[in-house]
Amino acid sequence: MNKIGTLEEALNRITDGCTLMYGGFGGIGNPPSLIDGIFEKGVKNLTLIGNDTAFPWIGIGRLVTAGRVRKVITSHIGSNPYAGQQMEEGSLEVEFYPQGTLAEKIRAGGVGLGGILVDVGIGTMIEEGKETVVVDGRKYLVEPALTAEVAIVHARKADPFGNLVFDKTGRNFNPLVAMAGQYTIAEADEIVPLGELDPENVVTPGIFVDRVIPGKGVNWEWVWEKKAATASRGAQPGS
Amino acid sequence: MGEESRDRIARRAARELKDGMVVNLGIGIPTRVADFIPEGVQVVFHAENGILGAGPTPEPGKEDGFLCNAGGYPVTIVEGASYCDSAIAFAMIRRGGIDMTVLGALEVSGRGDLANWIVPGKRAAGIGGAMELAQKAKKVVVLMNHVNRDGQSKIRKECELPLTARECVDLIITDMAVMEVTGEGLVLREVMAPYTVEEVVRYTEAELQIPDTVAYIGGDAP
Repeated sequence: MNKIGTLEEALNRITDGCTLMYGGFGGIGNPPSLIDGIFEKGVKNLTLIGNDTAFPWIGIGRLVTAGRVRKVITSHIGSNPYAGQQMEEGSLEVEFYPQGTLAEKIRAGGVGLGGILVDVGIGTMIEEGKETVVVDGRKYLVEPALTAEVAIVHARKADPFGNLVFDKTGRNFNPLVAMAGQYTIAEADEIVPLGELDPENVVTPGIFVDRVIPGKGVNWEWVWEKKAATASRGAQPGS
Repeated sequence: MGEESRDRIARRAARELKDGMVVNLGIGIPTRVADFIPEGVQVVFHAENGILGAGPTPEPGKEDGFLCNAGGYPVTIVEGASYCDSAIAFAMIRRGGIDMTVLGALEVSGRGDLANWIVPGKRAAGIGGAMELAQKAKKVVVLMNHVNRDGQSKIRKECELPLTARECVDLIITDMAVMEVTGEGLVLREVMAPYTVEEVVRYTEAELQIPDTVAYIGGDAP
């Protein structure tokens, strides 16, 4: 089974108004060529689901900065001031979750569960309006699973079946997001023949991947390379 | 806060590191704690973007864009390190694997309530991993300025800002003092030179207990 395709084919799946889930953490592990393609195609009114809105000029951050995003379900927007600005103006809806809860909501969607029970955020704003249950005497929030029409991920290596291997801290949300897409597109820095990936080391089995495209690699300056420039002055993705 | 003050706070926080601990450092001053690990102490650094066993900053020119901490800055790994996805990274936190976390704060209450993720209508950086870390780490150390830009105490009777977690903070280290949250309330442990106990009390809105002995850091008792 050969799932290797072109960027153009992959982009046919990503249309105005769609729900798009993406891997990456502070831009690291965002799929660069797919995001470039979405940007160039002019796709708008996106609902994004992913850890953070990266930096204004990095990865998924570019789509937010350009006003292509209607809503984002995320854990952090602090490293992209445009996200905060649009949220204040009302042009961007932001739904926040604790990072681990977001990861598990996505994972739940990816593994065919209805949701998760979690006690993180009890006694805070996060609890407001949420269903709770008591299990073994302990109270939990009911957090429904998340899935998306399209999921885009970045892999260090892929084979034609869609088996994926990631790149150090570029792994982050990618294996979870790969499972939670109704249609998952993996962009790989390197595509290797079937049989070349060590089965012991495959992180995402190909069953979760619908399309593999070759990536052109990172096409932005990392924040640490751009120190003196418009970096976010202390506000960072993560905690 | 000046560079010197930041380093002093970070150095003081590093004294809380004990041999064998698994530690997660937040962004900003907390990150600097790694520069002051006491001699003979070995800890394992956890980074919630997927490293257990993070090491020091690489030499210039040896950075790898795919090997960074949660702040997006390059790190290295130590022997025995592992990478993981975000679900696993937070599994480590949620199930109690983190012995200590060091976080920044906007406000802390005398009971140890922490607010550090949103100023409604003004600034919403977001939660990131702060809720899991604050609620689940065995020990939570907060590093911050004692007062905000308007000169108001950040150590409040009650937090006004939305909370990150309730009754989670164990130790507060500021540019003025070190305070411990105990079952009997907030207790002053140390005062940073050149401040006095009276000044610390004046700039602490929460009720602060003053034990018979208070240590002075960076100078003699005034």
